[in-house]
Amino acid sequence: MSAATEAIAVERSAPKPQGAGMVRQVLTLVRRNLTHIKRQPEMLTDVTIQPIMFVLLFAFVFGGSIQIPGVDYKAWLLPGIMAQTIAFSSFIVAIGLNTDIGKGMVDRLRSLPIQRSSILISRSLSAIIHSSIGVAVMSVTGLFIGWRINEGIAKGLLAYGLLLLFGFAMIWVGILVGSAMRSIEAVNGLMFTTIFPITFLSNAFARTDVMPAWLRTIAEWNPISSLAQAMRDNWGIAGIPVRADAPWPLHHPELATLIWSLAITLVVAPLALRAFNARTTD
Amino acid sequence: MSAPVIEAVDLVKKFGDFTAVDGVSFEVPQGTVFGLLGPNGAGKTTTVRMMTTLATPTSGSARVAGHDVVAEPEAVRASMGLTAQAATVDDLLTGRENLRLIGDLYGLDRRFVRTRTDELLERFSLTDAGDKIVKEYSGGMRRRIDLAVSLIAHPAVLFLDEPTTGLDPRSRVELWDVLRDLVRDGTTLLLTTQYLDEADQLADRLVVIDHGRIIAEGTPLQLKNQSGAASLVVTVSRHDEVERAADLLRGVVAGDVHVDADARKLTAPGGDVSALARIAADLESAGIDVDDLGMQRPSLDDVFLALTGHKAEESSNQEEVTA
Repeated sequence: MSAATEAIAVERSAPKPQGAGMVRQVLTLVRRNLTHIKRQPEMLTDVTIQPIMFVLLFAFVFGGSIQIPGVDYKAWLLPGIMAQTIAFSSFIVAIGLNTDIGKGMVDRLRSLPIQRSSILISRSLSAIIHSSIGVAVMSVTGLFIGWRINEGIAKGLLAYGLLLLFGFAMIWVGILVGSAMRSIEAVNGLMFTTIFPITFLSNAFARTDVMPAWLRTIAEWNPISSLAQAMRDNWGIAGIPVRADAPWPLHHPELATLIWSLAITLVVAPLALRAFNARTTD
Repeated sequence: MSAPVIEAVDLVKKFGDFTAVDGVSFEVPQGTVFGLLGPNGAGKTTTVRMMTTLATPTSGSARVAGHDVVAEPEAVRASMGLTAQAATVDDLLTGRENLRLIGDLYGLDRRFVRTRTDELLERFSLTDAGDKIVKEYSGGMRRRIDLAVSLIAHPAVLFLDEPTTGLDPRSRVELWDVLRDLVRDGTTLLLTTQYLDEADQLADRLVVIDHGRIIAEGTPLQLKNQSGAASLVVTVSRHDEVERAADLLRGVVAGDVHVDADARKLTAPGGDVSALARIAADLESAGIDVDDLGMQRPSLDDVFLALTGHKAEESSNQEEVTA
């Protein structure tokens, strides 16, 4: 068969655009999102340079004046910064989604014969991969400053698993914010003035038991605190035991993280889907 | 005549109190170009969004390639391509990657996508730029890759929302040529435009839309004829002969003669070919030199002004809801 007739045969047989299988759709879109990172490596600064900078700043600037009995502050700090980084996966989703909506990319995708949910699923997976790169970078950084997994592989992985679980819950927050805000600047403004302080009002960077009572209550109920506590417990770097009169979540940090993640998902996901549909339909 | 490939029946779209599209109906036969002509905010984009399943009609119905846009949106999406008003290609991907992205999402065979990508890059003169990221493209190149992406799956129907807005004249003409090729191959086109020359160049039939309503429809020629007969236009060579020429023209046509002394141009409405022949003979026997002599049909601009009382490029609604 000559090249020309072959070309015609391909031409006739190929266009049966039934829409790809959903897995192919999601993978195609994830690859597209990851190509963005490859083309603009500076997109990764939020999960690489920024957390490393935090680790170093806190560990060496404040480290001398913050004492955690029974453990080196630098090792203790690392899970706190990981929890903060994973909370920021909501930020990554919000920025990516808002950009795609604003530039009409979501409309183009919606005009194709694809499962519309693959738009959100791929955004979420890309953000988790993005954040995971940060967690990996921080783990390596941690090895240099004395952080170790001391309680064995199973518990070590459990901590990472809880981290990812919480990340998936926070992604719904990102879908909500990314769909509801009208510009990238608005997304930036809202996320910086909410998620950023929320991650600080916790045990991520400092002990809660020396905080004023009202602040301590807020900090100890903060899901970031349960998550950081769960990682510290399972990596064997919690230092002093949790106070007897500390609230329930700090005594059961794994379960508390699970419940927080489910609760955030159950409350925010319907709002997020409604916001996304309202923004992208009509 | 075979069943229309695109059909809208009494489409209405309301955003709260604002009615963006107010009972629009039309039919487009296979392999033809249909134009939606109107100013900004007339309801063109909203109509296209309903036809392409991006927006749900408040009432009325529409069918694309035989599929109802509300009942069978998947089938509609599988049979059409859309090029939206702003070129929606991925800035950070190369041209080739953009084509592959959409081809993969359509679920096309990978080998086919590769062949088709090369073919489309070639057709749109983008072969050399295929591996550059789209961010580095010029406006015309962006438009072309955008259109190429819409064509990856050989859609039977193509919707183009203001395809040449923001393009330089040369790029516009090039894009028009590509669109004519597509129609020759059997593609059915629906395009919106606020440029009358574009509708005139491309559309087989068109509707003029203003404030969400169709205010006129027909072929470009019919629309032009609707707003009056042709005029005789004479441009004389010398300023001091303008008045003499005007007197001669008054003897030939019944209506008023419009005199533009600075341009040495005379326009007399209501002329026909025999009037043209007479004025030519009269001018010659009077020894008046002319730069230009001819008949002029009203432009679509004249049509538009006559129909709406405002020019096409002006917004029809200051409080337009961008949807």
